[in-house]
Amino acid sequence: MANDVLVFGEMRGGELKKVTKELINTARTITEAGGGAIDALLIGEGAAGAAETIKDYGLRRITVTEDEPVKNYSTEGYAKVLTDIVQDHKPSYILVGATAMGRDLAPRTAARVNGVMFSDCIDVRMEDGICVVRRPVYSGKLYIELAREGERPTFISIRPNNIPPAEATGDGTEIVAHSSGVEADMIRALVKEIIPLSGGRPDLTEADVIVSGGRAMKDSSNFKILEELADLLGAAVGASRAAVDAGYAEHAIQVGQTGKIVNPKLYIACGISGAIQHLAGMRTSKVIVAINKDPNAPVFEKAHYGIVGDLFEIVPLLTEEIKKIM
Amino acid sequence: MKIITLLKRAPDTEARILINREGTGIQEEGVKFVISTYDEYAVEEGLRLKEKMGGDSKVTVVCVGPEEATEMIRTALAMGADDAVHICDPAIKESEPFITAAVLAKAIKDNGFDIIFCGKQAIDDDMAQVQSILAEMLDIPQVNVATSFEISESGDKAVLRRRIEGGDEKVETQLPVIISCEKGLNEPRYASLPGIMKAKKKEIRTKALADLGMADAQGEIRSKILKWLPIPKGGECKVVEGEDVPTAVKELVRLLREEAKAL
Amino acid sequence: MQFELTEEERMIQKTARDFANKDLAPVAAESNKTGEFPEAIFKKLGELGFMGMTVPEEYGGVNLGTFCLVLALEELGRVCASTAVAVSVHNSLVNWVILKHGSEELRKRYLPDLATAEIIGAYAVTEPEAGSDVAALRLSSVRDGDEYRLDGTKIFISTGDKAGINIVFGRTDPKDRKGGISAFVVENAFPGFSIGKTEEKMGLTASTTVELVFEDCRVPAGNILGGEGDGMRIALGALDGGRIGIAALSVGIAQAALDEAVLFAREREQFGTRIIDFQSTQWKIAEMAMQIEAARLLVYRAAKLRDASTPCPKEAAMAKLLATRVANQAAFDALQIHGGVGYTKEFLVERLFRDARAGEIYEGTSEIQRLVISRRVIEEYERMFPTE
Repeated sequence: MANDVLVFGEMRGGELKKVTKELINTARTITEAGGGAIDALLIGEGAAGAAETIKDYGLRRITVTEDEPVKNYSTEGYAKVLTDIVQDHKPSYILVGATAMGRDLAPRTAARVNGVMFSDCIDVRMEDGICVVRRPVYSGKLYIELAREGERPTFISIRPNNIPPAEATGDGTEIVAHSSGVEADMIRALVKEIIPLSGGRPDLTEADVIVSGGRAMKDSSNFKILEELADLLGAAVGASRAAVDAGYAEHAIQVGQTGKIVNPKLYIACGISGAIQHLAGMRTSKVIVAINKDPNAPVFEKAHYGIVGDLFEIVPLLTEEIKKIM
Repeated sequence: MKIITLLKRAPDTEARILINREGTGIQEEGVKFVISTYDEYAVEEGLRLKEKMGGDSKVTVVCVGPEEATEMIRTALAMGADDAVHICDPAIKESEPFITAAVLAKAIKDNGFDIIFCGKQAIDDDMAQVQSILAEMLDIPQVNVATSFEISESGDKAVLRRRIEGGDEKVETQLPVIISCEKGLNEPRYASLPGIMKAKKKEIRTKALADLGMADAQGEIRSKILKWLPIPKGGECKVVEGEDVPTAVKELVRLLREEAKAL
Repeated sequence: MQFELTEEERMIQKTARDFANKDLAPVAAESNKTGEFPEAIFKKLGELGFMGMTVPEEYGGVNLGTFCLVLALEELGRVCASTAVAVSVHNSLVNWVILKHGSEELRKRYLPDLATAEIIGAYAVTEPEAGSDVAALRLSSVRDGDEYRLDGTKIFISTGDKAGINIVFGRTDPKDRKGGISAFVVENAFPGFSIGKTEEKMGLTASTTVELVFEDCRVPAGNILGGEGDGMRIALGALDGGRIGIAALSVGIAQAALDEAVLFAREREQFGTRIIDFQSTQWKIAEMAMQIEAARLLVYRAAKLRDASTPCPKEAAMAKLLATRVANQAAFDALQIHGGVGYTKEFLVERLFRDARAGEIYEGTSEIQRLVISRRVIEEYERMFPTE
């Protein structure tokens, strides 16, 4: 068992998710301090092809499984494959992304192999040979740090975008095909289809990200540049009262005292000066970004990050930059 | 149809959470406790299913929690649930999902079940593990983070949507099944005043581990919390500058991603 | 003496609070602006049981009593005083007098619909010449075979136009000032009943206040409450409940003012400091919090007495006098803390300030409350230390 780590490489639509390289980097943190090798497991359609993209990342072995019953995700099908691999290779740690798939698959498999799981971790480090994870609790109001008790397969789900992705190290890896052994009737809950989110943006009060425009938008047609950014981020579009009063936006999307009170994880205020009416409606946002020409605008007092300049120049650049990292 | 809804007592999402003096948990004084938000959707979905199935369908609330959780159980009964099992034993270490799941599994088996609803995660430890471990222990399928639910005419299958990145998975599942509920699945009803009065007469079966025949069988401790840490306080506004605007924007994106973890 | 709410009371309070925050608040802002009566809100309040809180279950109510009613009214008053007033009048006046004084037939006919908000009830006492001096009312009510014929007008009747029924106090004997008053259940659909002028009010703008016009209005004789001449007794018996209700919703207004003031003062910076760090702000907050707590306890006590069927005119008057005064002062101070923006309609305190003002006028002015209190106190002394 030593300190071997198994990285679960999540596939969607035949492609390996970005978080996989972040998991590889986390795995290195564990093996560099405690010894052991890193393996990866890719399940689903296109797994063999996707394995090529992480071939040069210093892994000992990549197991790929893409036969018919596991072409698409199912809890039971994937849990069987993962269970078999864990029982066979006996890794000490199993890393998954804290994604819809990882959060569904890992606890089920952990139960099957009598393991333990740490969910939604944002940091993993080794302390005197012990793996310590950090995770937010109480909706991110506190962190806790945990370690396992005793030796058992330890599943760690890692939040995407928290740990920098691993760099290639240049040595090839053995890619091993594995037959899933899954029969269609083992799958009692079956995914029939995947329905992409329709063009409709999320509701302001439910959105994780909001892109909001103020009077400086100058015209309703200019909201297009905010919409482009919003769609990229799966965000809602909001407006300040000034923008609504000027007729640039509907009252339905007004953020503030007399509009919607919002609490997203990220609020991007574009050309909003930050009247107290507006601030009252969004001040509890986790991260506030202000884009404004006026360096003395009150919005900068509430913002965590600011950039002084013309929103019509900055917002499209921001959209481009974010596109690059997604 | 025997419908089970799982329920946890947790601090209100609006409550300010501080670490206690000993550094071993949170300060509970002055914190308002509620039904863990996502569990409310579970109760509502259970009630809707009961109303749809009619007959002798019944919604039973099952809760592992301290004595004070009675108030949350009573609220679920006031919403319309029929009865409740409250497993209350100081020996239960709630921070261990495997233990909670084992206790729930025993209580649910004793009660009998066709379908189990619960929240997608508790709003205190945010672990989102118990339902999947429980599903494994009961050997039934699971559907996590459901945003829609429909039972088949025959009542032995259900079609659901579950939220994934960028869309929904449409899932068809056999019953019995455990379903964890996401916000938006439904709009939970209020505990009406007639409901509150009726709830007084409904039965809450309070059980200790011994009553479940689990005196010493509550499972191994699998993890330990080493430290509780406050979230670092955000400082002043970081005004991003660069040689030119594109460089500044690039830096902003880097900060949002690496420092603020917001992208 | 018990200062903690029971589990059941906490649950009722929570339902009222959640409903006020989630359902009422979004409607209230708009409704108070447009003056549109939020009818759907009353339907939902009916479904939840809030419109029959003192009505026994056999008549479709939940029979929880006045104490639970004040818990609900405070929560509603915190978010929309207009709505809370209508709920208070409906429960503590209309339902109350029908239950206490209506014939079995009247109770069966009206209470189930009232308790579920199928219809809303309004309460019509005031006339142009009869405000605080109730016994001066003139509305002519003449027995004519199986009917009473009503002629005259009532003014300042809250939700009188939206109601299905009005409890109308009329004069059946012109010679007997106090003993010549009778009370009737008048359906708005009765012939000869119509709505006159709608008042444009300073506050409470999400509820209507109208004139009722009676022109040869025909009311079945069976729709009289109690008997002929019982009107004054009925009105006086309902007074305490009405006052406790207004007091409760005024505590809600005051609480909202404090909430707004603190949240605003935490955000607002002047001279490089949050204004909540100024002692002048802190003193206002301390004063508000203390006064609100005192008013709330008086309201609770009066409600408990009412539930125990103990006459409580002094306690109800004290509760109303203090709670409405506290609401006005709290709204004033909260607006002051807000400064300029508080004077704009953008901020809730502006509405709280206007809504609070009515409290010292309706359901007995503050002057009348003082009169009631002083009379009772002097009487008590008279009993303890008789003046020969």
